[in-house]
Amino acid sequence: MSPARYVSLVWGQIRHNNRLFWRTPAAAFFTLALPVIFLVLFSVIFGDQEWSGYSFAQFFAPAMAVFAAVSSSFSNLAIGVSYARDQGILKRVRGTPLPAWVYMAGRIGSGVWMAVLSVGLMFVLGWAFFDFRMVWDNLGSALLVFVVGIATFSALGLAVCASLRNADSSPAAANGVFLPMAFVSGIFIPLDDAPQWLVILGDVFPLKHFAGPFREAFDPFHEGAIIGWEHLGVMGLWLVFGMLVITRYFTWDPRGA
Amino acid sequence: MPPAVSVEGLTKTYGSVTALAGVSFTVDEGEVLAILGPNGAGKTTAVEILEGYRRADGGTISVLGHDPSSGGREFRDRIGIVLQETGIEVVLTVREAIDVYARSYSRRLPTDELINLVGLDGKADARIKTLSGGQKRRLDLALGLAGDPELVFLDEPTTGFDPSARRKSWAMIEGLTSLGKTILLTTHYLDEAQHLADRIIVLSGGSIVAEGTADALGEGRAFSTISFTAEGADRLPRLEGGPVMTGHTVTYRSTSVTTDLLELTTWATERGVELAGLEVTRPSLEDVYLDIVGETENGGRPS
Ligand SMILES: Nc1ncnc2c1ncn2[C@@H]1O[C@H](COP(=O)(O)OP(=O)(O)O)[C@@H](O)[C@H]1O
Ligand SMILES: [Mg+2]
Repeated sequence: MSPARYVSLVWGQIRHNNRLFWRTPAAAFFTLALPVIFLVLFSVIFGDQEWSGYSFAQFFAPAMAVFAAVSSSFSNLAIGVSYARDQGILKRVRGTPLPAWVYMAGRIGSGVWMAVLSVGLMFVLGWAFFDFRMVWDNLGSALLVFVVGIATFSALGLAVCASLRNADSSPAAANGVFLPMAFVSGIFIPLDDAPQWLVILGDVFPLKHFAGPFREAFDPFHEGAIIGWEHLGVMGLWLVFGMLVITRYFTWDPRGA
Repeated sequence: MPPAVSVEGLTKTYGSVTALAGVSFTVDEGEVLAILGPNGAGKTTAVEILEGYRRADGGTISVLGHDPSSGGREFRDRIGIVLQETGIEVVLTVREAIDVYARSYSRRLPTDELINLVGLDGKADARIKTLSGGQKRRLDLALGLAGDPELVFLDEPTTGFDPSARRKSWAMIEGLTSLGKTILLTTHYLDEAQHLADRIIVLSGGSIVAEGTADALGEGRAFSTISFTAEGADRLPRLEGGPVMTGHTVTYRSTSVTTDLLELTTWATERGVELAGLEVTRPSLEDVYLDIVGETENGGRPS
């Protein structure tokens, strides 16, 4: 098969998954609406605070962008692929000549598309209503962090799916991992005054290493390099771990209750 | 021409359950073979091994010249699969589903033609979740045919259908054979196998217990029934298959009708008795089937 044909197949799968996404209101809500609601709520609550002329949203919109990006990749894959497996959709796909990797690329690609969309949405809303001011200088760094972060959380989402027996437990598993991780990673509340153990706990998981440098890239006060290699390193390790779990445990057949 | 499917000594166990205990058969190109058997006979196991979903424990398998467990894309490009049970993205419309699933095949039947073939014309733009069970099953069939396959697997294509939906599906499947497709179907309906298949394999408890055309299956093992009415059972001749009294009806099961009839009529004329309502019933295929399957389920060997 020609490379062009593969590209067209992947593109078809991405569009297919986007369509499924928009027709599944629960997925759309949790991925896009929830971070928007958080952004609005927190920005209104802390609306009177400012840091040398910068609003709360200057720091919070990038954090919510990461939150939305992780929803789009990690939670979407963990839940979406688990249900597709339980319903026998993966099995049906495996009966066609569609290469397995093309199916996964379509799933992940659609997640990336949602992530890009939601990151853009956070910035535009922050800019329009909450005085977020775009910092352009570090866009390249932000992009690199975003790519590694999405790759890591996509792999981890599929790893969660691979380790679950049935799809009904997938929303609880995905959110049960993601939400506490968001807190210990300082997504909602900065961990400046947090106890040491909480800081260390956050360091172990990959989310802090995604959100931290991504936020710094849009922080007007930040000086020096954005990309700490240790951030990419920790995410990279989790990426490898996720891939190992997938290779070892992922199946296309329904697993029965 | 080599057969489209050839299977020799296929075995498969799940833990302590033997699902297939050495099954051998072939399907010729352009032939319709039905695997007939009760639930749990091993039909799905056999078919899913041939489709490449499951691995056999033993035996040699060739499907269109491929080993299905390693056939890959090239293999799946040439077969069409209708699984016994599978889900689908129910938020899609019929047309969208066909378009997305058909995309990966190198050959395709046009979407409208497929929709027409399975009789879903009025439903082309309806969401799948609004379809009835029978309509969903016909969509399954359309998806199985989307890549214009040489060989089609149909695992219980009409189970749960009402009689008219069943007739319609049969007509559709018959249409496929006229296109020259090779078809391997499973069913637990005897009339379905009889209607659609060139050849029938009866599978029971993981073994093939009978094989042949619908007619050939009946020969030899078939019991005809001789019945008439009589006032009392006393002094009726004792034959191998009777008598059995039900009310005033006497029945004999008979494997050699001519001899048994001669015996009975001789007995009757000697005594001047009228064999009222004398009737000889040929066995239905249903009886044959139940007979074959019953024997194996009771642990006996087929004769
Ligand atoms: N995945 C499986 N795990 C364990 N046992 C199975 C599995 N699939 C089938 N079986 C068992 O194997 C036997 C044959 O099943 P199956 O092939 O589904 O028969 P059929 O399709 O004729 O109803 C049954 O006893 C069934 O319970
Ligand atoms: Mg079955």
